[in-house]
Amino acid sequence: MNIPSNIVTLLIGVTITLVSLWYGQNHGLLPIAASEEALQVDGIFNFMMTIATGLFLLIEGALIFMIFRFRRNEGDETDGPHIEGNVPLEIVWTAIPAVIVFMIAIYSFEVYNQMGGLDPMAAGDTGTQEIAHHHSPTGNANLIALDSNGSEIALGLGSSPERAEDQTLMVEVNGIQYAWLFNYPDTGILTGELHIPINREVNLKIKAGDVLHAFWLPEFRIKQDAIPGRETQLTFTATRLGEYPIVCAELCGAYHGGMKSTLYVQTQEEYDQWVQSNTLAQTEPLKESVATNPAPTSQEQFLEPFVEQMGVEAETVNQLHALHHEM
Amino acid sequence: MTLQVERPPSSQEPKPHTVPHQRKWTDYFTFCTDHKVIGIQYLVTSFMFSFIGGAMAEVMRTELATPNPDVVQPEFYNQLMTLHGTIMLFLWIIPAGAAFANYLIPLMIGAEDMAFPRLNAVAFWMIPPGGLLLIVSLLIDAPQAGWTSYPPLSLVSGQWGEELWILSILTLGTSSILGGLNFLVTIWKMRMPDMDVYSMPLFCWSMLATALLVLIGTPVLAAALILLSFDLLAGTSFFNPAGGGDPIVYQHMFWFYSHPAVYIMVLPFFGVISEVLPVHARKPIFGYRAIAYSSLAIAFLGLIVWAHHMFTSGTPGWLRMFFMATTMIIAVPTGIKIFGWCATLWGGKINLNTPMLFGIGFISSFLIGGLTGVMVASVPFDIHVHDTYFIVGHFHYVLFGGGILGLYSGVYHWFPKMSGRMYNETLGKIHFALTFIGINLTFLPMHPLGMQGMNRRVALYDPKFQFLNILCTIGAYITAVSVLPFVVNMVWSVFKGKPAGRNPWRALTMEWQTTSPPAIENFDEEPILWAGPYDYGIDTQMLDEDQSVDELLAQASAEVN
Repeated sequence: MNIPSNIVTLLIGVTITLVSLWYGQNHGLLPIAASEEALQVDGIFNFMMTIATGLFLLIEGALIFMIFRFRRNEGDETDGPHIEGNVPLEIVWTAIPAVIVFMIAIYSFEVYNQMGGLDPMAAGDTGTQEIAHHHSPTGNANLIALDSNGSEIALGLGSSPERAEDQTLMVEVNGIQYAWLFNYPDTGILTGELHIPINREVNLKIKAGDVLHAFWLPEFRIKQDAIPGRETQLTFTATRLGEYPIVCAELCGAYHGGMKSTLYVQTQEEYDQWVQSNTLAQTEPLKESVATNPAPTSQEQFLEPFVEQMGVEAETVNQLHALHHEM
Repeated sequence: MTLQVERPPSSQEPKPHTVPHQRKWTDYFTFCTDHKVIGIQYLVTSFMFSFIGGAMAEVMRTELATPNPDVVQPEFYNQLMTLHGTIMLFLWIIPAGAAFANYLIPLMIGAEDMAFPRLNAVAFWMIPPGGLLLIVSLLIDAPQAGWTSYPPLSLVSGQWGEELWILSILTLGTSSILGGLNFLVTIWKMRMPDMDVYSMPLFCWSMLATALLVLIGTPVLAAALILLSFDLLAGTSFFNPAGGGDPIVYQHMFWFYSHPAVYIMVLPFFGVISEVLPVHARKPIFGYRAIAYSSLAIAFLGLIVWAHHMFTSGTPGWLRMFFMATTMIIAVPTGIKIFGWCATLWGGKINLNTPMLFGIGFISSFLIGGLTGVMVASVPFDIHVHDTYFIVGHFHYVLFGGGILGLYSGVYHWFPKMSGRMYNETLGKIHFALTFIGINLTFLPMHPLGMQGMNRRVALYDPKFQFLNILCTIGAYITAVSVLPFVVNMVWSVFKGKPAGRNPWRALTMEWQTTSPPAIENFDEEPILWAGPYDYGIDTQMLDEDQSVDELLAQASAEVN
């Protein structure tokens, strides 16, 4: 049976579209989404994956087809047709990628805005701050770009402007070689692992004590560098109970791979209980001793209490120990 | 680009042979100013460094076969990682692009040599000392802050290793600037009289774009490294937060060069592919001007996308949006190229020899790097995968797919011209098969690894990632093995290969119209442009191996008259 070629093309097009649509939603490449933000990021990734699958099938398919269809016969010394170009075709394939990236850019902008990336509290727009200072030195109330302490504006993902700030749980994060330290200013708890209640917005103020680090929650799809001398922030709302890894994603030294911690998303009751037990347990002297500058202690001494939490093997710490003595 | 002979064959006397016709092997170890010798020097040197950088990669992959740091110490792992990146970028792929440019540009435009032959030799002779500084640092105290050398880590992780690294990059960067200047002037000023810019081979266009990027970007990197050096040695605080400096400023300066550097690495091989595909598909390149202009567009856009490497560092939201837009637009000129190459193959008479296999392999894997490139341009997704194995997979697809497969394609394509002999086709195909399987097995699993939560630059990782890491390691071993047939083929064929004749591919660009290897001053007679670089399919009377230029010119001239 002789099927007209435009019907074949149509069938191939429909097949590629259906396969792309299916794979774009069922690739299984991302870990569990444990926050509202993660679902949004997964949405844009699925969208991009659909388009990428379509283009991949189209172009790789064309290459494989051409290898078989247009292969030179043995001994054929003649040339192919002299075709130098085709303006309408070139316009079409310039326009198609342009439209695709335009759509992806708009969608990304929307998602990023939803995540709080363009929140003026987080935008780091120091220019506005300076101008505002000149014009109304006392009218701080209407300066939305000013941080609550009025000095420095954090970079990163901020909270949505609609949310009342007292609803947000604030945690100060400090990254040091090779541990994360969490300080809860409301309760004074200082800990090496992060506990948060479910369904409540959490705002992390991130600092670095020595070199660059990056605070990454893979299941929450969010990451922010910790920069010495600057404060950055991340805001998110956990929607799923459980334990999730906290990973350092910026090269911070030899044991960068061991700089890990755990995020516990708990029910409000479990969280309150944890707060209570820790507030009682953390007597003042202990708090001071943990909060002192880690510099005078050697790396392995400092790391010792965190070994278990960081998931680093005891062997690694021993290596660190040996190394310290070599130095 | 159909060209007709515009003047009869030259009646000039052939140039008297005052210089010997061919080089001695010892010339390749001297300060020789012949662009062809310099081209080979670049090529061989860059491949030697690639074997060192590749060996480092194999040690790293062996280490990563298990989650614990049990093969090498984590410090040593970081040193290997830093040197692997630096060597592969600055001592393999960039010099290999310069190798082709040196060898081919004067031949392609009908010139005797580069515009500044001595400067050209100086540029090459800065590479070996630059490379040796890095190798020596391994014996003293190698740098371990990654090839990006972000402060403050680079300021606290070993002074001498870091300083040697800076000196090495400054030397290699200077070499790159001198080379770029030379390519620019040569392409612009040394073309044979009849050749306008639109009858230049596309490789010259891509080198034009590359040279512009080198000249604009590299000095900024040099400035950043000199300031970093002050911080390191003189105790200043340009980037050191402990003294009030700003480490983010370093990142801006570093990426202002190092993003365009990606295009400095791949643009020459975009050019190579634009030369290889038409010859072996026997068809004109599809959309000559679109491909030529897209090189310039990539160069221009490449200069305004650098902050996409900093989406998770100290970059305000509006800046992230700006750089997201500019980064995504790059997909348009790269898309034009990919579609143009596919359309060149479409309806052609594809000869599936080794250069063509690598050429098609190049398109197919660069495509994956390009698609993931658009993904990481999207800020919300990049925030998740930044500094993870997703990025490692992405840029290895871009650089292996867009750089190294193009490099191999070019090496096989021009091997007959450079050596005067043919390579062994069977070994070439084995090389291709192993490389293609090896790189896909190595770099494809890195994407899910990164998305699932594996950060990069680590010697120890969560055991749940082990399975995919083992696949990557097996792939890396296959890629390593693939080098053997290549080396055997090259060494054996240089001495024992079948003589190639002047034009075994019946190609139309100027370099094939002279002897193989070309005479010392390239063309025995004043070269004449008798056809456009891609005029396949017009004149069935193609230039065959035994036919001399004189005979062909006589024919062409007779047809015109």
